[in-house]
Amino acid sequence: MWIESRIALRFLRQGKTQTALIVVGIAVGVAVIVFITAMVTGLQANLIERTLGTQAHIRVEPLDEVNQVLPVGPGIVQLILEDKRAQRLRSINNWPQVRDTLDTLPGIVAVSPVMTGPAMARRGDAVESVALMGVDPERYQKIIPIEQDMISGQFRPGAGDAVIGRLLAEDLGLRLGGKLRLETGKGASTVVNVVGVFELGVRELDSRYVYVDLKQAQSLLDLPGGVTLIDVGVADIFGADEIANRIGSLTDLKSESWMQSNTQLMNALDSQRLSTNMISTFVAISVAFGIASVLAISVTQRTREIGILRAIGTTREQMLRVFLLQGGVLGMAGSAIGSVAGLGLVAVFNNLGPGLFYIPLPPALIPVAVAAATLTGILAAAVPAWRASRLDPVVAIRYV
Amino acid sequence: MSEENGPVLQLSGLRKSYNVGLPTEVEVLHGIDLTLHRHDFAALIGPSGSGKSTLLNVIGLLDAPTAGELYLLGQPTRLMDDAARTALRGRSVGFVFQFHHLIEAFSALENILMPWMVTHGRPDRAAEDQARALLADVGLEQHAQKKPSQLSGGQQQRVAIARALMTRPALLLADEPTGNLDTRTAATVFELLRRFNREYGCAILVVTHDPRLAESCDRTIQLVDGVIVSGDDSLQSGRMPQPDI
Repeated sequence: MWIESRIALRFLRQGKTQTALIVVGIAVGVAVIVFITAMVTGLQANLIERTLGTQAHIRVEPLDEVNQVLPVGPGIVQLILEDKRAQRLRSINNWPQVRDTLDTLPGIVAVSPVMTGPAMARRGDAVESVALMGVDPERYQKIIPIEQDMISGQFRPGAGDAVIGRLLAEDLGLRLGGKLRLETGKGASTVVNVVGVFELGVRELDSRYVYVDLKQAQSLLDLPGGVTLIDVGVADIFGADEIANRIGSLTDLKSESWMQSNTQLMNALDSQRLSTNMISTFVAISVAFGIASVLAISVTQRTREIGILRAIGTTREQMLRVFLLQGGVLGMAGSAIGSVAGLGLVAVFNNLGPGLFYIPLPPALIPVAVAAATLTGILAAAVPAWRASRLDPVVAIRYV
Repeated sequence: MSEENGPVLQLSGLRKSYNVGLPTEVEVLHGIDLTLHRHDFAALIGPSGSGKSTLLNVIGLLDAPTAGELYLLGQPTRLMDDAARTALRGRSVGFVFQFHHLIEAFSALENILMPWMVTHGRPDRAAEDQARALLADVGLEQHAQKKPSQLSGGQQQRVAIARALMTRPALLLADEPTGNLDTRTAATVFELLRRFNREYGCAILVVTHDPRLAESCDRTIQLVDGVIVSGDDSLQSGRMPQPDI
């Protein structure tokens, strides 16, 4: 390989202008690929983070209730017209056991039982419909780190203490220490103190969520000792589907991952990824054609030299390697420069850009880009290299 | 098979056709018998179109004969594959072409080392010393680091001769080595070939148009229309040339 690489490098160095132009071409392509890959990865991570900042990775709920139809005897045709059964608020059967089982499942990092149901929040003449959230604060915060989003007070829902969203607080004119009455359709009502106000940045949540103690919610919603859903957090968010299925088959509960409940987001992310991949692929293809055409020209220009090298004992395989190496070196050099340029673009975006989100650099991106470009260069060189190796030395030597 | 004492090159009934199997098939060499021994210094002459270059290419294993056999250092070569031919060629044959044909991307010294490097890789001390000695032999020791384009035509041709001798080939083939040189430079180049023939004992076959050059060789092989008409040593032993079949 020593002499092949030596000849390859000398050939590249001798054709300075050609080499420089194609290296710049490769570098531009690689810079584009590195930048858009980093940007889209950053953007997607950001979107997912925002989405998952306010919802659990997996929601576990009781199965919908269905009408039981008695089987009929033989020879009888039964025509049934039925409406779907109204879904009343129900507790998960045996939920402490489910919770403990989930706690021990691998891949699950947080389990939080929640008692949730509809309620009205009243202060004076103002009434707002709210979602009552009875939680165990310690467990719940492992699902949604709401403490980070508190704008006043603390996330300490307890007996007679509630934590509400900023918009609800505004609508009802409440401040920290204020009181509101919570009423449910079951006729129960109670007065609670506002001990914290949060702002998650999602209108629906900020105007409707009222966090109370698990016990208080149970008694308000008339389901003593029950919980209506269990929120689950997982270590690998993209493995949520699998774990959700596992939970579904372990228990007879409805288990839905964030991917299933955010199909639109997932679709958007997928098509974004697809378009990024397509751009990258086509840029890579055009770079490959650039390398191939430069080397094809080089083979033609060096026909005579190839003939001489063959005459003095260079084998076909060596000749092949000389040109494959040139492709690889071009790819590597171009991608090294391109990666630096791509990093520069990322830095510019992070420091001077619109500041909508931060682009973190995936650690594997640069080595992968350089390796892929080197491989692309070698592949692109295949056709010219093959031609060089197949040149008939007799003809090549006389080529002018 | 003794490489030391046997003939360097032996052709028997060697034929070469182009476009084999096509309506345009044409036979260029019609059964050549030729033997070259160590220390032979032979000129191959003939009018253009007589098949000189074809014969030289076949002898140099750049091209394969259509029929007949070619023994190089006693080894039959007709059925060798490309890899084996390339290896044998790199080891045993040196080429000097009309248009010097150096590799521009390498210095004079590296060009001389090239045949060694393509078979052995990075040159060791001994190889480098040998290349320098050859460069000195052709009188260009002070031009070791120059690129071919920085040398004159005669200097380039001398580098090419030094390169051809780097592997100590048993056979050196020169195709019009002085073809594009002026008379004085041509004489120097020819002297070099002569000297190396004596000193290294390699057989030399020179294709030339120059009758004076041909006269200064020990043997003159004349090729006309693909047949050797004089100079084959088999002729001296009384055999008639094979007529064109």
